[in-house]
Parts: sequence; structure tokens; C-alpha cells
Amino acid sequence: MSSLRSDDPVLASFAELVGADGPVSVAGGRTRWECGGAVDPDARIIEAPAGVVTYAAPEMTVQVRAGTMVAELNAALAEEGQRTALPDRGGTVGGAIAVGENVVDVMGRGRLRDAVLQLRYVSAEGELVTSGGPVVKNVTGYNLPRLLTGSLGTLGLIGEVILRTNPIPAASRWLAAEGISPAAAFDSLYAPGAVLWNGVTTWVLLEGHPVDIDAEMAALRSVGSFAEVDGPPDLPHHRWSIEPAEVCELRARAAGEFVASIGVGTVWATEPEPARLGDSTVTQVAARVKHNFDPTGRLNPGRQVPR
Amino acid sequence: MVMGLFDSLTRRRGTADDPLLADLASALSPDRVRADGAQRALMAKDASVFGGGVAGPTCFPTSTAEVQAIMRIATEHDSAIVPRGAGTGLAGGAIPLGAPIVVSTGKMNRILEVDTENRVAWVEPGVINLDLSTHLRPMGFYFAPDPSSQSVCTLGGNVANNSGGPHCLAYGVTDAHILAVEVVLPDGEVAMLGGVDAEPQGYDLRGAFVGGEGTLGIATRIAVRLTKNPPAVRTLLLSFDTVRAAAETVSAVIAAGVVPAALEVMDQRITVAVENFVGAGYPTDAAAVLLAEIEGLPGGVEIDAGRIGDIGRANGATNVRVAQTDHERELLWRGRKTAFGAIAQLAPDYYLHDTVVPRSALADVLEQVYEIAERHDVVVMNVFHAGDGNLHPLLLFDAREEGTLDRVHAAGAEILRASLAAGGVLSGEHGIGVEKQRFMSEMFTDADLEHQNRLRRSFDPECRSNPGKVLPEGHSCADIQALRAVPTEVWG
Repeated sequence: MSSLRSDDPVLASFAELVGADGPVSVAGGRTRWECGGAVDPDARIIEAPAGVVTYAAPEMTVQVRAGTMVAELNAALAEEGQRTALPDRGGTVGGAIAVGENVVDVMGRGRLRDAVLQLRYVSAEGELVTSGGPVVKNVTGYNLPRLLTGSLGTLGLIGEVILRTNPIPAASRWLAAEGISPAAAFDSLYAPGAVLWNGVTTWVLLEGHPVDIDAEMAALRSVGSFAEVDGPPDLPHHRWSIEPAEVCELRARAAGEFVASIGVGTVWATEPEPARLGDSTVTQVAARVKHNFDPTGRLNPGRQVPR
Repeated sequence: MVMGLFDSLTRRRGTADDPLLADLASALSPDRVRADGAQRALMAKDASVFGGGVAGPTCFPTSTAEVQAIMRIATEHDSAIVPRGAGTGLAGGAIPLGAPIVVSTGKMNRILEVDTENRVAWVEPGVINLDLSTHLRPMGFYFAPDPSSQSVCTLGGNVANNSGGPHCLAYGVTDAHILAVEVVLPDGEVAMLGGVDAEPQGYDLRGAFVGGEGTLGIATRIAVRLTKNPPAVRTLLLSFDTVRAAAETVSAVIAAGVVPAALEVMDQRITVAVENFVGAGYPTDAAAVLLAEIEGLPGGVEIDAGRIGDIGRANGATNVRVAQTDHERELLWRGRKTAFGAIAQLAPDYYLHDTVVPRSALADVLEQVYEIAERHDVVVMNVFHAGDGNLHPLLLFDAREEGTLDRVHAAGAEILRASLAAGGVLSGEHGIGVEKQRFMSEMFTDADLEHQNRLRRSFDPECRSNPGKVLPEGHSCADIQALRAVPTEVWG
């Protein structure tokens, strides 16, 4: 029978810990603890189980408990020459998925939400729920893993996840140049891992076979004189999400100091992002989702997923 | 409410003085609302083998506002709706249950905007998948998901089914390529889900909607991500003496850290049929062939092509051929993509299954598939997305022979269970529709299904959009249980 239905004592005791009553929240590494606002002080703070459960490198999937540190997962994957789309901010796998933010080199590693194949979470009623499936391709039923990813623990508390992994490219190189058009650099490349720009300097991450990196460097030289650097720049604290084409107007948008991801639209800035207007119909659907999954509002009370 | 809906769904419709028809005709135009017998018979079926459909009137809206009007009229008349693209789905997702209004997206087929700066195109749901890529190619881009039906299937249908295709191995299925969807919800309100920005705020309702099989509303505008045309492509054809050797080569390629754009396996029965049909240049004496495609920058493509050839030989490939010209490459793909058409010369009917297993289990599950088919006296052929572990056993039959369809369904059920037992799932790209509802409880617990129902009800509290699909009896809305009385002959 499918592994989906197997009893798992670790997840069963996590479900028991969550229980069926009273406000409750899961703490991971608390690296993005402020996301969505402060948790109600009455909430019981618990931790999710930790550890890599199964890692089938040839399948390019890994089954891991939510409380596992991202760094620990990355180390296990690196031993087999693989990686995932989870950002390592010093926090946990469950925290990264609950927050849902992508890695800086998202063009190389892929978006976090696309990596989440199966989520097992504990519901507001204290039941263990399995959503998605354990294989790399699956359209069996509704896509609850997408709904839970980025939901800040307001719909269910993540206990375990199966993630898609990818091979670490044979080579990678960070390059930087000043005073060039970041859009021109981006357009000159076939598949950069990242193109970052702070208004002055453009950083480019090239990944792949060494011979391909050499070819991409040749393409970049037609745009400007790039020199090899150790890595990406430090990223300011606040995170904006804009359309990729809007990045060139950033200076007019009071972002302060910034680093923008060209072709993606993520901006790290010293100033917070102005509030975005929600769509009222979307707000109504989101409110029904929250009500249907957590009718008493006991999961991460106080936290609001912006609508 | 529940009885009212059931009564209205089962009432005979289509007469000239039907108030529902009159309202629809005045909201659209009389020529874009059809309820004659031929139209209703046409809409009662899709490309699947399932019967039991009963269509109400078919509407051909041309705008979001008209789709809204249809939804509101449906609510006023206590009617259900079923969205319909090209009707190429194989799980019965477009089959109308209980005479709902059929909302065809056929006249919403414009490519609205190509925004290369944001690498996005806005399209209407009736745009044909291949037409979009044909439009984008000269600009340096394409739409990556490429279902075998891509020359006829629509983007709206791709969104509803989260469709896949051979090249989804490297690029991901439809969900990874949809940035935003404008949706008319079952209550007639319009919502923009997702966005073109990097990380749209709020719950990922876009991700929840994609793959909703038309039960969450109707997509009226879709923002698709543009993928850059690859600078280099290499296509290889490897021949094997056994299906197992081909399957093990696939596992070994992935295990070696090579991620090709596509890895497709075809067994001998299908290659022979394809050769007779299009003359694609496949060897007819090989037990199986592996079609591998690598895309990217030229240097790496050559290296990976070489590695795939080496891995194939190490796993027993009897021949490794690299397509030398674009024509040869196109021919190899034409063979793969017309495989299902080639079946017509062998049997009047076929049932194409769709399950996924871990890649390492491919060879074992394939052996079980052949054994199951033989035991049920059904001819099976295998042509599938091996790189994803996505099996597509093709069961051939003649529906005119009494009892044949029963044997086909019995064999199909065993194949599903074998896939689940190997740690797989019920569907990789066709969806659940009416085909696999009754198997959902074998993969999910009651609590799991109840949570899926919560998502469904968040979009469609009254179960008005494509009722009777995806979730099995007892896990869905009460009116769906009533509707289940209609299509019992589906499994007839």
C-alpha cells in the first residue's frame, strides 16, 4: 500500500502536541518571525519534529521533517551533489515553506512552491492531513501544497514535506560589473542563475558546464567588462515584490538602498514596501479559505496573510 | 436549495420557451447559445471513454463580462455549469453531469498581449497551446508545456488540468508556467489570482486554481510565463532488447545528474504502429526505444548527449542514433506525438491510462502492467514520459465486443493499484475527472479528502461549477451525491 497511508508515530505525536483546542503556533528558527505580524501572546508555541526521513538521490526527492534546519538538509543533499529551492536564512524547512520566499538565485534553483511535492500537516482539528504526492509529477486531486506554501501556518501546521531536488551544476561563478545596463546583461544570457542590480553594480551568477559558462561570459563581455567576485552582495532587510519590468524605475519609488533581482522582480531594500491594494473578491475567497480550514482561528492567531 | 438544484438539473430543457435559454440568449446573442439535439449530443462526450453525460445548452461567450452573465443566470436558474475547452481531456473532466450549462471557451481565443520585458503573455482561455508557441517563437520564446494534444487543446484546458507533456521533465508542468489567472467565480464575481510580480502576496489561490478541473470557476484571462528558445537541441534515439533495459537507462540518466528536456519510452508494439502510420524512422525490431532530448547551450548539450549515449550503452542499448538534421528530429517527435492516432489502425477504441511511479520502480511496474493486461486478455502498449516516471499504458479494445470494456476497466483498476503500491500516484497529468474518483480513497484518507473539499468549497460554496468531479462520493457536496445518480453507466 502507498506510503501515504502509513502510520507515522513521529507525526502522530506532533498532531497530539497540536491538539484540537486553544491557540497554537509553531516556531522554527524565528528568522522571519515578524512575517504577517505578531502571534497572539496567548498562543502555545510548539516545535515541529526534525530530521531527514528518506533521501532517494536518484529519484531527486527528499522527505524531511518540518523542524529540520535548512542547513542540515542542504548538507545531506550536497553529499549526493544535489540542492533544493529552499532559502537558508538559518531557519527550518517548515519555516521556509510557511513563509514561501524564494532563494536569491531563483532562476537557477527554481521557485520554492514548485519544489513542494507533498505536505503533511496537522489541521485545526488536530488531524494529520496528507496533501500532494510523493513523486515528481502529480495531479491527483486538489493542489493543497500550493495553498499551504506561504500561508504562514494559518491553514495547517506543517509536520513533514517531500521536496524536489536538483543536481548542483558542475560549475558556478559570480561576476560583477559597474555602470552597465542590467537588462542588457540579462537579455544576453540564456539561463543565468541570478542577475542582481543595486543601481550601480550588476552581479551575475553563471552556472552549468564550464564550457557553457565560458560561452556565457563571452556574451556578457559584449555588454560590459565583468570581473569575477566571491558572491552576491549583502541584501537589505525589507523585501519587495514588483513586476520585473518595473525594476528600472526603482529609484523613483523610495526604496532607499536596494538590490533588485532582474528578470524576477524581487527587491531587497532598506525601506519597507508600500502596502499593496488587495482585490476585494480575492479577499473574500481568502477569508473563506481561512474559515474553512481554521474555523475557530486557533492556528497562528494574530498572523495575517496579506490579501 | 439542494433539492431545488437537483430538480432543475434533471428537468427537461431545450424547448423554445425555456426561460433559461431565453435569458442566456439575451445576455449573449441567440446565435451563441445552442440547445439543439446535435449540439447537446456533441457536448455530452469528451475524448475519454466515459459516457453518462447530459448537456444543457451550450454558450459561446466572447468576454469576461459574458462569462459573468452566464454564471449569474446559472445562479438565478439554480443551474450548474461546466467549462469546456477543446474537449481533449481523457479523464472525463468535461463530461456534463446533470444537464449543466456548457460554457465553451472556443470564441475566447485571442492572444491579448506579449510582454517580453516581463516575459509573460496574456491570453484568453480558448487559445490553442501550439498556436501560442508558434506565435512566440519568432520573438525568441515559447510556452513550455506540450501535451500530445497540443495542436488542438486549449490553454484554459491546460490550466484546468495542470497539463503536462514530454518536455515537462526539465521545465515543469503547466502550474510552473502560469503567473496569474483572471477567474470568474461560480457566484459571478471576477478575481485576479496570482500576479506578474515576483512573489504575489496572500494565499497562492492561483496555485490552488490550476488543476482544479473546472470545479473552481472559469479562467477568462491567463498570464503565461515565456520560456526562452534553447540555443541548441540534440535528439537521440536509443534502441533496446528489453523494455526493462530502457526503463533502467532512464533511471540511470536521472541518477547521474543529467536532466534532459525529455525522456520518452515507446515499446515495440507502439513503434511498429507508428512506423506504419508516419514512417518516423523508428527501428521496428527493438523491444523498446528511448527518445531523449537535451536543450541548452551548445557545449553542455553535446556533453550531456554523449553521457546519455554512454549510459544507454552501459545499460544494454543496441543502437544509439543522434538526429543529424532538424527534419530527422521533427520526424522522431512526430512519431511520438502521433502515437495515439496510430492506434486507430489496430483497434477501434483505446483507453489511455496515466499514473506516476518512482523512477526506480518503472521497470518493475511495467512488467506488472504487461502481466495484468495479459491476464485480462487486453492488448496493452506503452508509450510514456519515462523521465518523470509517468506511465501511459494504452489498452486497445473494440467496444462492440460484449464484455470487453469491463475487462479494460478491470485491468485499468489493477494498474492503478500497482502504481499506488509502488509508491506512486493516481494521475500525473490527465487529472481525476470522473475516471478516478472511486480510487481517491485508496490514496487519501477521509481527512485528506475533506481538506480538498474545503478548498473546493472556498471557491464554490454551492458546488455549481463542474459538479460531480474529482472528489468521490461522501466527500463532496450533497448535490453531487444526488448527481451521482445520473452517470452510473459511466462504469457500465
